[in-house]
Amino acid sequence: MAVKMSKKAASIDMTAMCDVAFLLLTFFILTATAKIPEALPVDTPASTVQTKLPETDLATITIGGKGKVFYDLKGREIRKRALELMGQKYGVEFSDDDKDKFALMEGFGVPIQNLKQIIDMKSSERSKAGQPGVPKDSIDNQLAQWVQNSRIANIEINAKELQIAIKGDAKEEYPAIKKVMDILQDQKINSFSLVTGLRGKNF
Amino acid sequence: MAELNTGDGGGGKDKKVRSKKQNSKVDLTAMVDLAFLLITFFMLTTTLSKPQSMSLGLPDKDDKTDTNIKVDENRTMTILLGKDNKLVRYVGLLATPVAGGAPKDFVYGKEGIRKELLSRKQSVLAYSTAKGKPKNGMIVIIKPSKKSNYRNLVDILDEMAIVEVPTYAIVNEFTPEEQKLLEGK
Repeated sequence: MAVKMSKKAASIDMTAMCDVAFLLLTFFILTATAKIPEALPVDTPASTVQTKLPETDLATITIGGKGKVFYDLKGREIRKRALELMGQKYGVEFSDDDKDKFALMEGFGVPIQNLKQIIDMKSSERSKAGQPGVPKDSIDNQLAQWVQNSRIANIEINAKELQIAIKGDAKEEYPAIKKVMDILQDQKINSFSLVTGLRGKNF
Repeated sequence: MAELNTGDGGGGKDKKVRSKKQNSKVDLTAMVDLAFLLITFFMLTTTLSKPQSMSLGLPDKDDKTDTNIKVDENRTMTILLGKDNKLVRYVGLLATPVAGGAPKDFVYGKEGIRKELLSRKQSVLAYSTAKGKPKNGMIVIIKPSKKSNYRNLVDILDEMAIVEVPTYAIVNEFTPEEQKLLEGK
């Protein structure tokens, strides 16, 4: 009797457990979104504030590498519309194919005149292309135009105000950040988010 | 491998039964282990990868109507951010600082500026309560210089959130005296 008992305990039927485990695994794999490689990798400073960024209606302005500015926008339809508006404004033609590609692209950092070349590249080539940043000086303030047109596009499509997030490199000097904040404030955007890393309460 | 081939050749009944029995009991422990390991990995990566953010509101730029509000200097603390993580603070006016509030260097973090902010917050609260207006809390003016970096700014804004300073503002104008404070010594 004692021998039989020990034999029963030694092997539990794990089929059901295995089923559940793989079901959950499949769920998590499918819900996980593939991380898009960033066009301009930056090291964000850490903070204890724990508000998550919104998933939609968001434009991210990345500042890094001696004042270079990259621009990124969430939502495919909004990206298409913003590109269309920018094309009209600067007299650059974009085909439907270009727009589709742009909708799936990561952030970019080139003047609109060179955007077509970046769109035509493969994603692996884009990161090596040495993008100079979106122009933001007073003569050719394309960043302001991008923000402006993205807001228009977002209101047209989602009927919501676009949120702006600034993602700065920790070592970036303050004037570069201030310049971007000024551009936003010129458009009466007075509240925005600063993207930060996470750190414990007792750092 | 070779044994498998010989098995299906012309084996008797008892042989087939045996092989069936062996197949029905696969040890799933390792498989379950692996599955749960992967689940843990995917769960953690999906929830932790969302970036954190800090919201920041700035006053309207063109609004010139109320630039001359008089503020009690006993309630204000000015924090100057300089290069190489330098941080100078003074309380009240620079020419006539409040007792114990003369310009002084501090370091970022728990032992540095946070202690000072907390103690100053207490004394401002006591001061306001004595005047009969306990709702008037501390006002912090943050002045990041051209040489300060973004990390300094986020760090000091973070301190504001931790200490729960009721009113703070980022101001960009520097007086020559303040400039001297940051550059001198």
